[in-house]
Amino acid sequence: MAIQRKSNIRILDGNQAAAEAARLSRVQVVAAYPITPQTPLTEQLSQYVEQGELQAEYVAVESEHSAMAVCTSASLVGARAFTATSSHGLAYMHEMLHWAAGARLPIVLACVNRAIGAPWNVLNDQQDSISQRDTGWIQIYCRSNQEIIDTIIQAYRIAEQVFIPVMVCYDGYILSHTEMPVAIPDQKDVDKYLPAYKPHTSLDPSDPKNYNLVTLANPRVGVDGKLCHGYMELRYLLQEALQNSRETILQAGEEYSQIFGRDYANMFWEDHTEDAEITVVAMGSLAMEAIVAAKMLREEGIKVGVLGLRVFRPFPKSDVVRALRKSKLIVVFDKNISYGSEGATCSEIKSALYGTYINASIRNFIVGLGGRDVKAHELADATKKAIASLKETVINPDYPEWICQI
Amino acid sequence: MKVNAVSLTEQEWILPGNRTCPGCALSLAYRHTLKALEGQCIVTVPASCATVLHGMYPITAVNVPCVNTPFASTGASATGLVAGLKALGKKGITVLAFAGDGGTHDIGIQSLSGAAERQYDFIYICYDNEGYMNTGNQRSGSTPLGAVSGTTPVLGKQQYQKDMTAIMEAHGLPYVATCSASYPLDLYEKVRKARTIEGTRFLHIHTPCPPGWLFPFSDTIKMGEMAVETGLVVLYEIENGVFRLTSASESLARKGGNLQPVREYFVSQGRFKTITEEQIDELQDWVNARWKQCLHRATNL
Repeated sequence: MAIQRKSNIRILDGNQAAAEAARLSRVQVVAAYPITPQTPLTEQLSQYVEQGELQAEYVAVESEHSAMAVCTSASLVGARAFTATSSHGLAYMHEMLHWAAGARLPIVLACVNRAIGAPWNVLNDQQDSISQRDTGWIQIYCRSNQEIIDTIIQAYRIAEQVFIPVMVCYDGYILSHTEMPVAIPDQKDVDKYLPAYKPHTSLDPSDPKNYNLVTLANPRVGVDGKLCHGYMELRYLLQEALQNSRETILQAGEEYSQIFGRDYANMFWEDHTEDAEITVVAMGSLAMEAIVAAKMLREEGIKVGVLGLRVFRPFPKSDVVRALRKSKLIVVFDKNISYGSEGATCSEIKSALYGTYINASIRNFIVGLGGRDVKAHELADATKKAIASLKETVINPDYPEWICQI
Repeated sequence: MKVNAVSLTEQEWILPGNRTCPGCALSLAYRHTLKALEGQCIVTVPASCATVLHGMYPITAVNVPCVNTPFASTGASATGLVAGLKALGKKGITVLAFAGDGGTHDIGIQSLSGAAERQYDFIYICYDNEGYMNTGNQRSGSTPLGAVSGTTPVLGKQQYQKDMTAIMEAHGLPYVATCSASYPLDLYEKVRKARTIEGTRFLHIHTPCPPGWLFPFSDTIKMGEMAVETGLVVLYEIENGVFRLTSASESLARKGGNLQPVREYFVSQGRFKTITEEQIDELQDWVNARWKQCLHRATNL
C-alpha cells in the first residue's frame, strides 16, 4: 500500500526537474557543456552550486568528451558524478561512454533527446541516445517531468548497486521546456532511499592500483599466481550485469513506490494491454500521445492497448513477450531510424518475439524526427492503416513507413 | 639545498622490469618525476608509450595509483581527479597528468587548454619523444623539421615543431618549465617546485627515443645533452612570469652563451637522413634566434 505524503507540488519544466533530482541525489561532481535543449539544466545546477544549495564541484568543461572524462575520473576517486547533454554532445561523448561503462562507473547522465545533423536541427527525436545503445549503459526513458525527477534519483540507486552507468532520457522541448506539476521528493526520504556512494575501487596512494590497464584477450596470471580475467571475461561480466540489472531496476522502483507513493516497479508502462488485440508501442513522451490515440480507437470499438517502453537497456524481452501475448497486431512508432533497417525499438520487439508462440504482425512507423509534430490522430490513423494492411498480407514488411510528406 | 645523485631518494615508484624499449628516456623521466612526488600522487595517463610502461593487467610496473584514460581526455581526467578529491575533502595528494607529445600537442590540446584555463590544481607533464612512437613513429605536432617518420617517409617533415610550452605559458599558468631526461636532477628539482605551487603547472620533458630517432640505445643521454648544448632544447622555468634559465642552459649562458652547431645532432640520428643543407641552415638560424630571445628574457644571468 503506497503511503501518501504531504503534497509538495511545484510547476517545473523537465530540465528543472532533472536539476532538482541531481540536487536531491547529492551529486558531488557535475561536469557539463551547454547544448540546446539541455542548457537550462546546467545553468540551474551551476546556480545551485554557486548559491551553496548543492555541495558539489561544478566543472564548466570545454566539451562533452571532457565532461564524461571528468565524470569517469571523479567517479574513480569515489565521488558521485552527474552530467547532462543532448544530440551532438552525446555523439561527441561516445568514446567516453564506452569507458564509463567499461570501467563500471555508476555515473548518471541526463540525455535531453534531440535530433542530430546534418542538417542542423535543435528539436526532438531519439536518434542521439539510440545511437549510443551499444555503449553498455542502462537506458531509461521518461514520459513526464515527474518521471524525470523520480527516474534520476532511482538511476543512482540502480547504478551504484550494479556498477553500470545510467542514461536517463527525456524528450527535448516536449518535456525539457514544458512546465508540468511535479511532486518534489523530500530530501530526508531521498537520503533514506539513496545511501552515500561506495565505490568498487578507489585511487589512493596508500593502496596504489592501476586502473584500465592494457588487458589481453585471454586470462592472465598475476604476480600472486592468481588467474585474472582477460578482456573478453570483463566484457562478459558487463553483459551479465546488464542482463541481471532487471531485478535491481524493479526493486529500486518498488522501494521508491514504498517511500514516495509512485510506482516504478516495471520495465515499461502498460495501458489497456490486458484485452488488447492491437498493441501500440512507443517510447518517451510519445507513449503518452499513444495513450490518447488508443483511447480514440477504443471509442471506435478497436481494442487497442499501449506499451510505453521505459527501460530500453537492458531490453526486457520476456516482459515484452508477456505483455504482447494476446496481440494480433503490434504497431511500433519510432522516433529514430537505424538507417538501412528500421526503427530501433521495432527491431527489439521483433527480436523479443522471435521463437515464441506469439505470431503477431508487426508494422513500424518512423515519426517525429527533428521535432516534427506527432498528433494523436496521426498515430490513430497509422494504426488503422496498419489494420487495413493485414487484409493484403500478414507478413511484416522489410522496411518501416514514414509519417512525412514523401 | 639542491639534490644530488647521492642525496636523491633511493625509493622507487617504477618497479624493476617494465615494457619500455632499451634506452628509453621516458622511463628515466617518469622515474625521477615519481621520486620528486614521493609517490603521494594519482597519475592519469592517456594512450602513449607510458601505457606500455604501465604494463598489462593484472601486472603493473608502477607503484602509484593510476588511471589510464583515452587519448584526448588527459586534461579532463586530471580535472575529474582534482574535482573528486576536493568534493570528498581529500588533501595532500598531487594529481599528475603524464602524456606524450601526440597526446599533448595534437589530440589532447583541447582538454589540456580547457583544464589550464580553469586553473585546476594539477601538474601536467608532456614527455616529448617527437612523434607517435607507441604506434611505430608517425609524425606529430612535435616532430622536428626534416625528420623522416612513418607518415613523412620520403621527404621528411616540412614544418617546424609546435612550441607547446609557449602555448601553455600563454594560459597564464603559475609555473611552466622545460626539462630533459638527460638532466634528471634539474627535472627532479622542477617537479619538486611544481609540487608546492597551486594551479595548473606544465612541464615539458625532452625524451630521446632510440628506435624512433634511429640512434644506438646507448646514446640516449648523449642525444639529450646534444640537444641542450646545441640550443635545440633550452632548459628554463617561468614562475609567475619570471623567466630563468636552469641547469646546462644556464651554464652555457654564463660561459658566454656559445652553442654547439646543430649539424652534429642531425647527422647522429637516422631520422634526419633526408634533411637538406638548407634545412640545417634554416634550423641553425631558428635556434640562434630563439637562444637570443632566451638570453634576453632570462632574469638570472
